[in-house]
Parts: sequence; structure tokens; C-alpha cells
Amino acid sequence: MNFISNVAEALPSYMTPLVVTLSATVFGSLFALVVAFGLGLMAGSRLLILRGVARTIIEFFRGTSLVVQLFWFVVVIPQLFQVRFDAVIIVAILALGMNYGAYAAEVVRGSIAAVPQGQLEACVALNFSYWQKMRLVIIPQAWPEMIPPLSTLAILLLKGSSLVSLVGLADLTFHAQVMGRRPDQEMLFHLGMILVMYFILSYLVASGMRFLERRAKRGIGQEPVATRRPRAKDAVAVG
Amino acid sequence: MVQFEDVVKRFGDLEVLQGLNFSIAPSERVTLIGPSGSGKTTILRLLMTLEKVTSGVIRVEGEPLSHMKRGGQLVTANEAHLRQVRKKIGMVFQQFNLFPNMKVMRNITEAPIHTLGVSKDEAHERARELLDLVGLSDKADNYPSQLSGGQQQRVAIARSLAMSPDILLLDEVTSALDPELVADVLDLLKDIAATTDITMLIVTHEMGFARDVSDRVMMFDRGVVVEDGPPSQVMGQPEHERTRTFLKAVLGEEA
Amino acid sequence: MGSWSWDRAGELLPLMMEGLRILLLVTVIASAVALILGLIVAIVNRSAPKAVTVPLFGVMEFIRNTPVLVQAIFVWALLISMLGTSASPMWTGAIVLGVHYASYTAEAYRAGIDGIPKGQWEAITALSLPKPRAWWAVLLPQALRKSTPALGNYVIALFKEVPILSAIGVAEMVTQVEGYAGANYGGSLEGFTMAGLIFLVISYPIALLMRKLENRLAN
Repeated sequence: MNFISNVAEALPSYMTPLVVTLSATVFGSLFALVVAFGLGLMAGSRLLILRGVARTIIEFFRGTSLVVQLFWFVVVIPQLFQVRFDAVIIVAILALGMNYGAYAAEVVRGSIAAVPQGQLEACVALNFSYWQKMRLVIIPQAWPEMIPPLSTLAILLLKGSSLVSLVGLADLTFHAQVMGRRPDQEMLFHLGMILVMYFILSYLVASGMRFLERRAKRGIGQEPVATRRPRAKDAVAVG
Repeated sequence: MVQFEDVVKRFGDLEVLQGLNFSIAPSERVTLIGPSGSGKTTILRLLMTLEKVTSGVIRVEGEPLSHMKRGGQLVTANEAHLRQVRKKIGMVFQQFNLFPNMKVMRNITEAPIHTLGVSKDEAHERARELLDLVGLSDKADNYPSQLSGGQQQRVAIARSLAMSPDILLLDEVTSALDPELVADVLDLLKDIAATTDITMLIVTHEMGFARDVSDRVMMFDRGVVVEDGPPSQVMGQPEHERTRTFLKAVLGEEA
Repeated sequence: MGSWSWDRAGELLPLMMEGLRILLLVTVIASAVALILGLIVAIVNRSAPKAVTVPLFGVMEFIRNTPVLVQAIFVWALLISMLGTSASPMWTGAIVLGVHYASYTAEAYRAGIDGIPKGQWEAITALSLPKPRAWWAVLLPQALRKSTPALGNYVIALFKEVPILSAIGVAEMVTQVEGYAGANYGGSLEGFTMAGLIFLVISYPIALLMRKLENRLAN
């Protein structure tokens, strides 16, 4: 069939752009997770100064547009570090990570706050330090509650990664337009093809996160007898 | 062992403890009774450093608990000081507060390993002894969610004993249990009281248990000690009208 | 590029304001599309036969799980190939963005409708209220109350995504900054900083309002 042979012919050229999209998504998500835990723990701190710093950063990145942040990072970061900056992918990962990390920080903070007070008191009674309390008790319990909203955010980040094409990074979105503009090619065909690719990637991200959630729940003994606890309020709007 | 000196605790406008003075001798078993809101649970929570005193000083083995000495003056304690004095104190909660993310064995061994620096093998061996003591040797590999309330509370007792506390605080430990599970937990506590010399502060509504296990009963009402003496006196021949009314209400409920 | 220049910032300001005007216009149109279409989808999903709801679910899933940027370029290209000439970037962009967000608002409405107590549906049957009347007078007012904070958050999110439409030439703020920077070899630092601040000034108060509303409805 003509259509299938067209797809087969076009696909190989999409391998490198796919790697760019995947890198931006995977590394952006990992960075976002680091940002989320850093800001989320700070935002739940008892120290006003830490809370204040975290809230300012969170509100700033949630309050402005990802597109604007992306362009701003591309302009400012090279000036800030006094370097010639060719690796736009790094800027993209930073911008995606900070933006979605700010949203995810609310998820982290909310899930940690939803761990019952009695657990914190038991930690005091057993004389745990702050980090022991977080590492051994609180985060393991909060983590399974975080995964569904973080999954939503990971898919938003995947979709958001298409914006890196606007600052000249050759991801799927960028490549489809380059291909589509060729005289012997159909723009709609190429755009349609990457839409399907993004859809498949979203599906993979969602399945992966569901797998993680099942594993995390099993890891705290929630499979045999479900101990119901109010879900951390889903702090996710959308990016 | 434990001294309260002019301890005041306020929550907002509510004065829960009004200048409390008392001391508890080593190995003494003291039961705090009184109507709800009389401040007895607050005393345990202050000792466990879950709350801070509004004014006054609490001493544990002579060391100020909520304060520390700096340059001859008492200042509010920092985290390091709190962790030092907390080592002597263990607490069992009304709602057990076992860690749902850890199996029974880890619930018991985690704190000794991480906060006392006990070796893994030693902690496991001690945990097995304690599980034997509380009659749950076969549940080491279960998650708390797979146990009954009574079993969970017995694990919680084992968990606090694993820290080898000098002082054990028992905060209404049977109140959240189904009636048929209460006796097991109380028998276990009597057993522990009989075989150890841990100082115990007990808040309970189980008057029979209080009579059996305690050397001393303190009756609280509205943040002050109304009556203080051996159980035979406070519960047998109470001097104060308020104690009589309270005992009547509680015992009437039980009968 | 160089450092900050107040002159350039001053020159940019009127352009930014024009960009903001268009941005707000797109936000209004797209929000209207998202709020109305989402509601229609939610009601159809609740009352139409499976032959309709299953494909509709598929379409909504597809729209929700693919980037709005690619959707916008796709529709833009589709319109060109159909009309033989360019459509209005603003209207095209606004409608694509609106439809994209309808795939989210439909879920928010659905959650609101699912939250209606079962007794209400039984009462409707018991009173044999006609379906349109039941939706209009009984079900929607209750569902909307529950959905409002989520819907508000989607409108804020949509507002922040309007600059994506610079890709098809909608003359909002980012497009204006790029235009200026291209012609003057500078100004992107000033322009994007100002754009960021403008977003913050507008979206933060609305976000606070939504959080307040959320807390009030939760209690």
C-alpha cells in the first residue's frame, strides 16, 4: 500500500529527532523530579525562609508561560554564565524541568502533608532525625500517592517538549515541519505521523507510571489489604 | 526521674495545664486519670516533646527536657538536645502509629539501627525476643495492615521497648481497640510492669488495670492535680467530690 | 544581544500591549470554546449510546495526549490545503487551543457530574422530569459548582499556552518580541522578561482566587 510504504520510507529520518524528544522528556522529567522534591520539601518546611524561597520559585514558574520561560532561558543563560551556548538541549531540559518541577513540587508537598500526623509523632517517639523521618517513613508512604498526578505531569512535559522546536531544537515537531516543507513531501502526512508518535509515547509514559504505582503500593503492603487514606489533593492544573 | 516545675501549657486562650508541680520516682508506675480535656494526655505529649511548654520546666533524670543550659541560663532546647533526652523516653499511642510501609520486623528494628546505632543482627535478635514476649513471633513478615488492632498495638509496644527506654508513656493504648482485644494488651502491659523496672506514665480509662498496675494514681481536672496517692486511696476512698463524680461516671459506664 | 536597555524596553512596551490585547482576545475565544464544547462532550458521554461515546472517547484521548503546538500547525496546514489560502491565524489558533482544552474541561465536568449524589438521579426519575429540564435545572447547577475551580485552572493554563500559537503567526506577545528582535538585532532579553512579568501579574491573582474558591468549596 502506498501509505504504508510512505511511512516506512519516512520513519528512518525520524530516529534522531525522536532521540531529541525523548532526551528532552526523560532528562526534563528527571530534573523536574529533583526540583519537585527540593522545592516540595522546602515548601513544607517549618522554617519561614525556606518556605518563602520555595513559594517564590514555585509561583514564579507556575505563574508564567513555559514558552516565555524557554525563550527567556535561551536568551539569558548564555549571558549569565558568560559562555557561548550551543547546547540548546540543556536550556530546554532546564526550562522544562523548572516549569513542570514547580507544578510537581506542589504534588510532593501535598502528598507529604497528607501523611497522617500520627506517623510524624511516632518518628519523634522513636527519635528519628528529619532526614531519617523523611527517608524511612514519610516519603515511602507519600510516594505511591504522588505517582498518579506526577504521571499527568510527565505527559504534559512530553507534550511541552514539542515547544523546544520553537527555539530551534531538531525534535519530532521541528523535523516534521522540515520534512513537510520539501516539495516532494506532504506537510499533513508528516504532522499526522508525529501526532500518532506523540500519542504512542504518551501511552507508554502512562503505562510506565501505572507500573510504578503498582510496584510502589506493593512495596508498602497496600496490595493485600488496602489501607485507605485520603488522596493527596491533586495539585496539578496543567502547564 | 521526672519532675514538672510550674509547668503551664496553653493552646491559644485555653490553659490546659495551670502551673503543674509533681515528680515521679524511678520505676514508679503512675496512672493519670480524669475527664477528657483535663490535660493528662498533654502531660505525656510534653514529655515526648510532641508539644512545647508555655512556661515552666520539665526535668528528666535531672536534665531539663524542653530547655537546655547555656552559659548558666536555661534556654529553649534545640533539636540536638531534644534528641539526646528523647533517647530515655518511649511512647505507645492510642492509634498505634505503626509504619504501614514496613513489615513488623522492620517496624521494630528500624529505630534501634538508625538512632541507637545498634547492629542489624543485634536489632533483629532483640526484635525476635520482643515479638516472642508480645506473642507475635509468627507475624514478623506481615505488614501492619494484615494485623488486627490488638496485634498492631502489641507490635507498637514491642517497638517502643526495642529502644530500651527508661520511661514508657502509654497514651490510652486500648481506646481504639475492639472490646474483645483489650484484655490481651492489658495482660501484656501487666506482664511488662511485673518483669521490668521501667518508669511508666499511663493514661487510661481502664480502672481495673490502673488499680492492678500502678503504684500511684493522679486525678486531673481542668489542668490541675485534684488528688494524688496510691490507687487504694484515690480510687478506693477518694477525698474529693470531683474524683468521686468522675469514678462514678467511668465505673458506671463499665458496669 | 548585550545587557538590559530601557530604551528598547520602552520601544517594546506598546508592541507588548498590542500583543497582550490579542493574547487576551484569543484567551476569551478559546476559553469559550473549551467551556462550551467540554460541557457538550461531558453530557453526550453521559447520555448518548456507546456507538457515539466510544469513538468520542478515542478522539478526546488523542487530542489530550498530543501536543497542542503540533495540532495547531496541523490544522493550519489542513486549512491551507483545503481553502487554497491562509485562514485567520488568530481564529484558527483560538479554536485549536479551545478544542484542545475542551478535552480537559470535559473531564472536569465529568468529575462534577459524577459527584452528584445518586439520590438526585433517582429523584429525577421519580419526578419523571424531562431530560433537558433535569440537566438544566437540577444536574448542571450542582455539577458546575464542583467543577468551577478545575475549570478556572484550565482557563489560566490555556492563557499561558497562547504564546504557542506564535508558531502559526498569531500576533501575541512572543510573536511581537520576535518580530522586534529580528528587525532590531536586540530586545529579546527585555521583551521576554516583560512578557514573563505580564503573565505573572495577570495569572497569579487569578490562581490565588481559584485556590481560595477551591478551599471554600472543599469545606
